[in-house]
Amino acid sequence: MDSATSETRTPLGASADNGLKIVVVGGFGAGKTTMVRSVSEIRPLNTEETMTQAGETVDDISEVRGKTSTTVAFDFGRITLDARNVLYLFGAPGQERFWFLWDRLFSGTLGAVVLVDTRRIDDSWYAIDRLEKHGTPFIVACNDFGGPAFTPQQIREALDLDPHVPLVTCDARSRESSKLVLITLVEHIQNLYAAPTRIPRQELV
Amino acid sequence: MSRPGRDDSPDRLYTLTGGRSRSGPDNPFDLVTLVVAECDPVPGMQSEHVAILRMTDRPTAVVEIAAELGLPVSIVRILLADLLAAGRVSARHPRTAAVPDPDILEQVLVGLRNL
Repeated sequence: MDSATSETRTPLGASADNGLKIVVVGGFGAGKTTMVRSVSEIRPLNTEETMTQAGETVDDISEVRGKTSTTVAFDFGRITLDARNVLYLFGAPGQERFWFLWDRLFSGTLGAVVLVDTRRIDDSWYAIDRLEKHGTPFIVACNDFGGPAFTPQQIREALDLDPHVPLVTCDARSRESSKLVLITLVEHIQNLYAAPTRIPRQELV
Repeated sequence: MSRPGRDDSPDRLYTLTGGRSRSGPDNPFDLVTLVVAECDPVPGMQSEHVAILRMTDRPTAVVEIAAELGLPVSIVRILLADLLAAGRVSARHPRTAAVPDPDILEQVLVGLRNL
């Protein structure tokens, strides 16, 4: 049963006991996998989740046949923070069908990075809208593809971005740059929860 | 790379879990719950259970188990619930709260800055 992939696995320390989640959301080709890879201590892995339209109660094969199901694939990487805390970084597609699975996969997530390709700013609008609805803290990171430079104000306007949401530019290929994006996100989360008036509304679903 | 599960017929996946396709709302396993084996595999055990027990001799997240087995997360959660009920694995669930613990956030920041 031992496979080549198992032999190359990098196990966590025995005392690891708290998994944390940060999600990188972005359109096709925005650089999600690149960002996950540049900071992950493991080769990014890929897995999937499915959901039948019938919802949670289906537990019998006869009920499942003929029902349409939604399958989404996502990548993830891992950063060991200390002896107990392990951060998992998920690269998630921003497309509409994905949001059906958001709660199941990413409930309890610390926050999200919306990774924007400035050549396709409109791809990110839907993700931002959904994150606001879910009350998930997020920042926006523009992955620099060397395209035409927009001013931060132009990007904010194009995304209709709330003024308190941090907007940064990054190079997803760079470990240092991606690290700074994550630090910006966590500092933003700290500020949100430190300032009671800015606690995001938690949507009751 | 061969991906068992992904390209297989759904029937095979349901066979793995005795016909169950969906982990119920009471299934405690989060994507990042860390799973630890509490026993060695024994002869006659379902091969997926054997693979999970081997993989979790050190803490391993549910999502890593799913990726290594090439199975959807929901199927892996069912397999894990069976192993947990039988006392063969233990689970270290994420300490999540509606408002994140400031100490945890600080630990995350320190960990990121030290990368």
